[in-house]
Amino acid sequence: MAQPVELPDRIQVGPVIDEGHSLASVSDKISGIVLKRKITLGWVFGLLISFGVLQGLMAGATWLFAKGVGIWGINIPVGWGFAIVNFVWWIGIGHAGTLISAILLLLNQSWRNAINRFAEAMTIFAVMCAGMFPVLHTGRPWLAYWLFPYPNTMDLWPQFRSPLVWDVFAVSTYFTISLVFWYVGLIPDFATLRDSSTQRWKQLAFGFLSLGWRNSARHWQRYEKAALLLAGLSTPLVLSVHTVVSFDFAVAMLPGWHTTIFPPYFVAGAIYSGFAMVLTLMIPARTFYGLEDIITIRHLNNMAKLTLTTGLIVGYGYMMEAFFGYYSADIYEKFMIWNRMTGPYAPFYWVLIFCNVLTPHILWFKRVRTNPLILWFISIVVNIGMWLERFVIVITSLHRDFLPSSWSMYWPTVWDWAVFAGTLGFFMTCIFLFIRALPMITIFELRMLLPGARVEGRQEELVQ
Amino acid sequence: MSVRMIDDFQPLYGLMAEFETATQLVDAARRTREAGFKKFDAFAPFPIHDLDEAMDLHDNRVSLFTLIGGLIGCCGGFGLASWVEGVALPLNIGGRPLIAAPMYIPITFELTVLVGGLTAAISMIIMNGLPSPYHPVFNVERFQATGSKNKFFLCIESADPMFDREMTAGFLESLEPEEVAEVAR
Repeated sequence: MAQPVELPDRIQVGPVIDEGHSLASVSDKISGIVLKRKITLGWVFGLLISFGVLQGLMAGATWLFAKGVGIWGINIPVGWGFAIVNFVWWIGIGHAGTLISAILLLLNQSWRNAINRFAEAMTIFAVMCAGMFPVLHTGRPWLAYWLFPYPNTMDLWPQFRSPLVWDVFAVSTYFTISLVFWYVGLIPDFATLRDSSTQRWKQLAFGFLSLGWRNSARHWQRYEKAALLLAGLSTPLVLSVHTVVSFDFAVAMLPGWHTTIFPPYFVAGAIYSGFAMVLTLMIPARTFYGLEDIITIRHLNNMAKLTLTTGLIVGYGYMMEAFFGYYSADIYEKFMIWNRMTGPYAPFYWVLIFCNVLTPHILWFKRVRTNPLILWFISIVVNIGMWLERFVIVITSLHRDFLPSSWSMYWPTVWDWAVFAGTLGFFMTCIFLFIRALPMITIFELRMLLPGARVEGRQEELVQ
Repeated sequence: MSVRMIDDFQPLYGLMAEFETATQLVDAARRTREAGFKKFDAFAPFPIHDLDEAMDLHDNRVSLFTLIGGLIGCCGGFGLASWVEGVALPLNIGGRPLIAAPMYIPITFELTVLVGGLTAAISMIIMNGLPSPYHPVFNVERFQATGSKNKFFLCIESADPMFDREMTAGFLESLEPEEVAEVAR
């Protein structure tokens, strides 16, 4: 049996879970946030602001349905404006959640146990936001079911040789499997909430959701198997989703898009922005709900390291884009990269380089990685940078294509902004409701990190 | 030690012992199996891998069903794309092949994951006999209060051929539990 590996203090910062916690105390603490904690003014205020911003989506979508996509800034040659920029940005954010819940589970990184529920929730809400954009972008959302293959009187079928159809399958599979994985993880925690709640309606609601889970060892054995299989299936899935998203670009014969580096570089970018969003949400949540002993500095440090790593891959991607623009010796490729760096959208490009390539380098310092406040600001900068990346990729390749006679500029309208801000409001509204309605930390997995969970007589390894 | 009894008129589901630590539960489960009991179950608020060995649990059917589900999704995805492009709506686009296998891989892969993942979750729930709105073990007050929190339980069912109200209670007490309770059906 493997012995627990002790890393030197130089690398290790603090424990995964603070001393003094027992099986009962973690259960009470986390279920208490849902069951006992009073509704605070700050939470109501946050929810109301988010819900207010959400109205931008309602107004924007209503006007869009009435008038069509002409209310947006898109036209020829830039037919893919904010809708695609925001779609790619949101779906990328989701990727950190699946990475934490699936890939880190397979790699036996037990520190993830404290953050996976929250990150998975973020994934689900982000994919919901992402999914709205292509549907709205069709301009006829009531016909969105045409995207799926079904026998119809028109005798028409989707074109399976097109990456846009792959996207429909990739995103809907991603959403479904993420939701199923999340629910399976919630079942034992619903049972804990059912047994801890004192009000009848809560017992009924959580009892219904828990499916009558009774923590039987015979159930746990199959449960663990199913969780492992779901993790195994989700791991290639998460890599495939942004790969397919990148195919939307890479399969097109357009300078700046038609490159083989797109799939890995998109996946790294997705995880990069996803970890930034996890930090953006989790740093305030752990402070306001007093969870510093469960989501410790160690977690922030680890997430900051992953942010740095993926940020370096993204930086490499930008470098290679520029290099191959030059090395291709193709006049259009060369022009595209030159236009991106010095053309009308150059400020966006250089701000993006500042946000995504320069900023993460301060994460080399442990003092930065273990300071929640600085980390929070960096995460905001990275979120903005990753949004600009998608803007630059979508817009600069389209706005000046092969013939100068068809060159044009793209600027978003107020309706573009309303819909984008509206999805941010939708996302935050969901997060606020999630924090109060469901346990934001996986209670049963947290128990496994405690000394009380160790079975003596056999060296059950406890990875720190 | 005394056994917490139920009323005489209530039918008996089994006998339940409560333990303080995971180690005791694993030990108790092993000894229960070695004593020859078949219909018994252990309860812990988190998965304990040593219990699988102690209770000799090795149900791999979830994996098998997931494999079958994944294969159905895989063949279905490739078949759907090939049938649509080759038979239902053959479009000649610049002479490119109709059955373009590499182009169908993303759909094939996504449907493999979709059907496989759904099968894994659903087969786990069904084979665990869930949803189960009622179960006798919850009639034990201590189990209801602490079973999903911090205590460990072992329950031997009265349906076990070796079960005897007094003898089995004596056996459970020999495992040094915190408490032994009768479980009403």
